Amino acid sequence: MKMRSVSRPLTLALALLAATPALANKAFVSNERGNTITVVDTDTWEVITEFPGGNRPRGITISPDGTKLYVCASDDNLVRVFDTETYKEIGTLPSGPDPELFVISSDGKHLYIANEDDNLVTVTDTEQGVVLAEVPVGVEPEGMGISPDEKWVVNTSETTNMAHFIDTSDYKIKHNVLVDQRPRYAQYTADGKRLFVSSEIGGTVSVMDIAPDGAPTLVTKIEFEVPGVLPEWLQPVGVKVTQDGNRIFVALGPANRVAVIDGESLEVLDYIIVGQRVWQLAFTPDEKYLLTTNGNSNDITVIDVKAEKAIKSVQVGQQPWGVVVTPN
Amino acid sequence: MRYVLMPLLAAVLAVLGASGALALDLRAAVLRVDYETLLPISRYDLRAEDLGFAGAMLADEDNGTTGRFLGHTYETIHKATAPEGADAALDEILGQGISLIVVLARDADLLRLADRAAEAGALVLNASAPGVALRDEECRGNLLHIAPSNAMMADAVAQFAVWKQWKRWFLVSGSNPADIELAEAYRKAARKFGAKITDEKTFEDTGGARRTDSGHVLVQRQLPVFTQGAEGHDLLIAADASDYFARYLGYHHWSPRPVMGSAGLWPTTFHAAHEAWGATQFQTRFEALTGRYVKPEDYNVWLALRVVGEAVTRASTDDAMALRDYALSDDFELAAFKGQKVTFRNWNGQLRQPILLYDGMITVSVSPQDGFLHRVSPLDTLGLDRPESACSAFN
Repeated sequence: MKMRSVSRPLTLALALLAATPALANKAFVSNERGNTITVVDTDTWEVITEFPGGNRPRGITISPDGTKLYVCASDDNLVRVFDTETYKEIGTLPSGPDPELFVISSDGKHLYIANEDDNLVTVTDTEQGVVLAEVPVGVEPEGMGISPDEKWVVNTSETTNMAHFIDTSDYKIKHNVLVDQRPRYAQYTADGKRLFVSSEIGGTVSVMDIAPDGAPTLVTKIEFEVPGVLPEWLQPVGVKVTQDGNRIFVALGPANRVAVIDGESLEVLDYIIVGQRVWQLAFTPDEKYLLTTNGNSNDITVIDVKAEKAIKSVQVGQQPWGVVVTPN
Repeated sequence: MRYVLMPLLAAVLAVLGASGALALDLRAAVLRVDYETLLPISRYDLRAEDLGFAGAMLADEDNGTTGRFLGHTYETIHKATAPEGADAALDEILGQGISLIVVLARDADLLRLADRAAEAGALVLNASAPGVALRDEECRGNLLHIAPSNAMMADAVAQFAVWKQWKRWFLVSGSNPADIELAEAYRKAARKFGAKITDEKTFEDTGGARRTDSGHVLVQRQLPVFTQGAEGHDLLIAADASDYFARYLGYHHWSPRPVMGSAGLWPTTFHAAHEAWGATQFQTRFEALTGRYVKPEDYNVWLALRVVGEAVTRASTDDAMALRDYALSDDFELAAFKGQKVTFRNWNGQLRQPILLYDGMITVSVSPQDGFLHRVSPLDTLGLDRPESACSAFN
């Protein structure tokens, strides 16, 4: 540890010497089984520390200013808030029972939380620490996506098999779209014109066009095929889209691969082999790297986004679930 | 709640198009035939009053939550009857115009009830009967099997045993017809997966109470003697469908060999400690609703009605035969907390599904095991396969 505290400022100094100074960011990984959060330096890919994250930490996100880390402590039935510098818990937020995944508004004021046990989406005010609304959705809500204009929050319900479009002005559901079995994740493109919903058991990603008024139209479903891998194990979970919309990355669970999809043609271009049971994904802010959580190999894989290659794996805690990277 | 949601229907329809246009009020029934049986060996296995029906209550809630967004409602009535009243109970259900019926009954009763239901154009979903013949030469076009067969269960155990390289089995079976049928499934499973039955013995059912005060004293004297002298084996397989001796075998078997089959490590569709693949959410919903742990019969009934609900959601009809056709089509798939989609074998109406291997406390493993392959689906390595089936009702 002593070595590390010396070498870190040095790394920083070296980075500052480079032509385009890149400040090191930190990736926070929630370890569902270990009940911990692992902190990884996204410059050196060294583990900085691991700290207690509450009981069964899953969904994980960060405030827009990068100072606060929010963790869905599912078995504690609340959201724990940590300081991203000191790693000390600075408070908790009411979340409703069994929070699993959430999204945060760009001003950091609202958390939209899926409550798996209660068929609800809970809207929590992060400043006042109060629940603003509870929206009844389908059975086993999980995936949460937010439109770039923040007028819509999309929730996916795993047993109802729908994407529910919640209007953030009145917290009412305005649209429902049936998708394939067990939808896990919803992701808008940066221009808000497309939405992707992954169906873990259905084995597909539903693609929706989004009209200017927010209304969705299901246009197609992306399917996957890998020689030598049983189709049953191609289970899409995490989805991320590059800012320019050119590439879509889909984590394929027990297939141990991340699919690379062309944003224009929606064709699968490649499958990148990563760790075992890959679920969630996060870009570094410069979009140079994509991180994957691999629950059965207890590591994260670092993918070079431009090269579309896995370049490194970093051991984290037990059964990593979610990942988020500090903003610049 | 409803008056808030009604205006939303227009928006729902806009998105879902014609498929969501029909308001449907689904009515189904669960018919449970209660047989006179002795109490189980373990108090943990006492039958709950609402066995099976509890699964229907949860299914109505789950289907109803989804239905809310589509204008579909679900109501399931529950009927328990003695065997001699089963036909009349079915007639009463059919008389109410209900044509979707989940049945918990033994093989012979199920078959008779299914034929009676067929005359009224009703669909029967089998939630308990394990007989292989029901999926073979005795199959019926209006009978879908949610419960796995004896063959699927035995194959699930056999695959795990073979994966462990425990290929020499000592088969101990009961003397009742159901036990004999189960034992035959294990013999077939051994042949199918390359295990060998090195010895066999029958444990006679002499009747009498199964639980007595300090009954373990006698068991500890009798069972080692009964199992003494068996040919060399890696494993004792118990075939005790009647639950009168298998549970005693564990630590009273003469040889220090594990027990599988009807005790020790046994195959099941579901148990209350199963948490993988999101099952925790099922468990907490079930327990909040019923105040007890789930049993396989509850899960099977829930799954039967989820099959109905999923078919209604996707096919937008309440016609029993149209729902059957959709369930048997390539479009049908359902998530059932077992890690992969469950679908039907459209040639005999059996639901394909993984089988959990359970030790009474946790999921030890799930079959099919790695490496057991099939040209259609690894799930078809469990149970009767198409080329060996004499079922023609689905042609």
